[in-house]
Amino acid sequence: MKTINCEKLDFSKLGELIREEKEVELINCEGQRFIGAGTENKKIIINGVPGNGLASFMSGGEITVRGNVQDQACDTMNDGNVVIYGSAGDATGYAMRGGTIYIEGKAGYRTGIHIKEYGDKKPVIVIGETAGSFLGEYQAGGIIIVLNRKDDKSPVGFFCGTGMHGGKIVIRCAKEPKNLSPKIRIKKANEEDLKEIKRYVFKFCEYFSEDANRLLNSDFYILTPDSENPYKELYVQN
Amino acid sequence: MSYVYADYEIKRDLTRCTTCGICVKQCFNGVHSLIETEKGVRLVSDESKCVNCHRCVSLCPSRALKIVRSDLFFRENDNWKDSVIKEIYKQAESGGVLLSSMGCPEEYPVYFDKILINASQVTNPSIDPLREPMETKVTLGKRNHEIQRDKNGHIVCNTSPRLNLELPIMFSAMSYGSISYNAHKSLALAATELGICYNTGEGGLNKDFFKYGKNTIVQVASGRFGVYKDYLEAGAAIEIKMGQGAKPGIGGHLPGAKITEDVSMTRMIPVGTDAISPAPHHDIYSIEDLKQLVFALKEATEYKKPIIVKVAAVHNIAAVASGIARSGADIIAIDGFRGGTGAAPTRIRDNVGIPIELALASVDSRLREEGIRENVSLVAGGSIRSSADVVKAIALGADAVYIGTAALVALGCHLCRNCQSGKCNWGIATQIPELVGRLEPETGSKRLVNLLTAWDHEIKEFMGGMGINSIEALKGNRLMLRGVGLNEKELAILGIKHAGE
Repeated sequence: MKTINCEKLDFSKLGELIREEKEVELINCEGQRFIGAGTENKKIIINGVPGNGLASFMSGGEITVRGNVQDQACDTMNDGNVVIYGSAGDATGYAMRGGTIYIEGKAGYRTGIHIKEYGDKKPVIVIGETAGSFLGEYQAGGIIIVLNRKDDKSPVGFFCGTGMHGGKIVIRCAKEPKNLSPKIRIKKANEEDLKEIKRYVFKFCEYFSEDANRLLNSDFYILTPDSENPYKELYVQN
Repeated sequence: MSYVYADYEIKRDLTRCTTCGICVKQCFNGVHSLIETEKGVRLVSDESKCVNCHRCVSLCPSRALKIVRSDLFFRENDNWKDSVIKEIYKQAESGGVLLSSMGCPEEYPVYFDKILINASQVTNPSIDPLREPMETKVTLGKRNHEIQRDKNGHIVCNTSPRLNLELPIMFSAMSYGSISYNAHKSLALAATELGICYNTGEGGLNKDFFKYGKNTIVQVASGRFGVYKDYLEAGAAIEIKMGQGAKPGIGGHLPGAKITEDVSMTRMIPVGTDAISPAPHHDIYSIEDLKQLVFALKEATEYKKPIIVKVAAVHNIAAVASGIARSGADIIAIDGFRGGTGAAPTRIRDNVGIPIELALASVDSRLREEGIRENVSLVAGGSIRSSADVVKAIALGADAVYIGTAALVALGCHLCRNCQSGKCNWGIATQIPELVGRLEPETGSKRLVNLLTAWDHEIKEFMGGMGINSIEALKGNRLMLRGVGLNEKELAILGIKHAGE
């Protein structure tokens, strides 16, 4: 695996160097943007902090980040796996259609906004700790899992799932989250519900050395939209 | 009981009608029906369902049909017009937001109609385009200010990616979903034959149409429908849609009913779910954020495609455009408030935004003042109706124009403004297979090619008359324009003199 020292490298130059490699390890990453944008089957390991737009439009492959990531990682990601040993900034996974993101720590505002699924593509975002406001806004498909491993009282912020019309948000917390949109159905997860997310939880625990049994033996709440056509009744033909 | 009375009446000339029933089959709104009476079969009409699309009129073999405006009226009132009263009834009955389609039909000034074009007399010769070479080809994209040379003094070819067009006209964004497969195919075929581009809109690109990629602009909007690597790489350019003239500041919404199997595949969302494009891109709250998406797209496509940023013409459009011109985008598309749509809230369509003529002129002036006009090309849209509008738009500062409504009219659209119903009898704004089949892509394409070939001739005649043989020389050449009946302020914004000056 080739190593690239990112120190003082411009993002477009770095992009060029990465395009030449199949597997690459970046060291001293200092906020370079768009790493892995539009890539298909690369293995990229990043040491440091990648800048905005990590893995935008990514269509496969594996990115591991040993550090936090800035805003808007995985914009419109189509496939692949991104593992973040740290926290992620705002708008992580915007309009993502496929692939998985594992975040060890927290995720910023607007995480998983407008993620969607199609055919065999089903995006999954696993957040280790908590998420900011607007989590899963306009969500149209896929799964967002908030593991709340540090047992925060309110693992999601305001406006969680507003405008949601597909997919689900699974939140590990002792009490039902407050301030949800009235157009969301909320229920306590049963054994059956947890089956679907178990493999993602196990994978998370494998990456970040967490105890899966501890996480799974607690209460989870599941948020789903109450209609796939939320705006049907809104209009009158003129 | 509904208080909303029919807008139209169906006149059937019984001396001509042969009760062949073609009108029954042609109208998907269910206006016409055959009934059995004691005297035999008879055709009757339910005018309350009529949208005045003329399909039955055009196809009636004995020309027995005519649709006329109903002369039923409310008491005359210049303030409370019939339409206003009817709209209140509709909302009172349903509680719904009024939903319309196509461009704003209201009575606002059309500045193109108040601008006249110059011609040479005596002091410089006009050119005959039938005899002499005349160029209407344009290249869109950033123009580099400085020439770089290598050690040996050779020019380093580092031009930004360009979009080459044989005509300064493109088909504007209309998504597959809002319009039919056959309408898209007609546009793609025509764009290919004409050497111009059509635009996918935010609906993804059908697999069958990847082969027209060289003549396709692929759009990335807030919902990111159908956006993935192959899609981005398929087109000749990528357009980031920030706004649309018909509905500035609000998002898009394709109802689940229109997400058929094929539309679902193209948009990459499940059948029957609503396709909601949020009003803003939630990752773009500033020019700096826009720059980020521009470069994310450039990185993802290895800097090979020009990036267009499309915005609606709104009050501070000049400042917005100045920002976009500094964002790394190669082309700015501005959509005037009369631009068409497959569906928009009536009130937004008719009350938000500004005319393209004023927006274009002020953007061009502003970019020139700031010395950044060459950073970008400008594309104007939002009701370009004829070759005269094209010439005026270019003289006001556009590099090229987008046409949407004009192209649809060429395909047979009768501007009945009921796209939102999805029951377009002309096979354009519909996904119903039987209706889609009514538009033959080869015929549609031929009609589009005819229209733009004719416009091209007309543009060349205009240019020849002005003594200009290259469309480049017309760009921003406002001395070629004069206003009629415009006030000082309007002339100042348009940057033109009054006729006679």
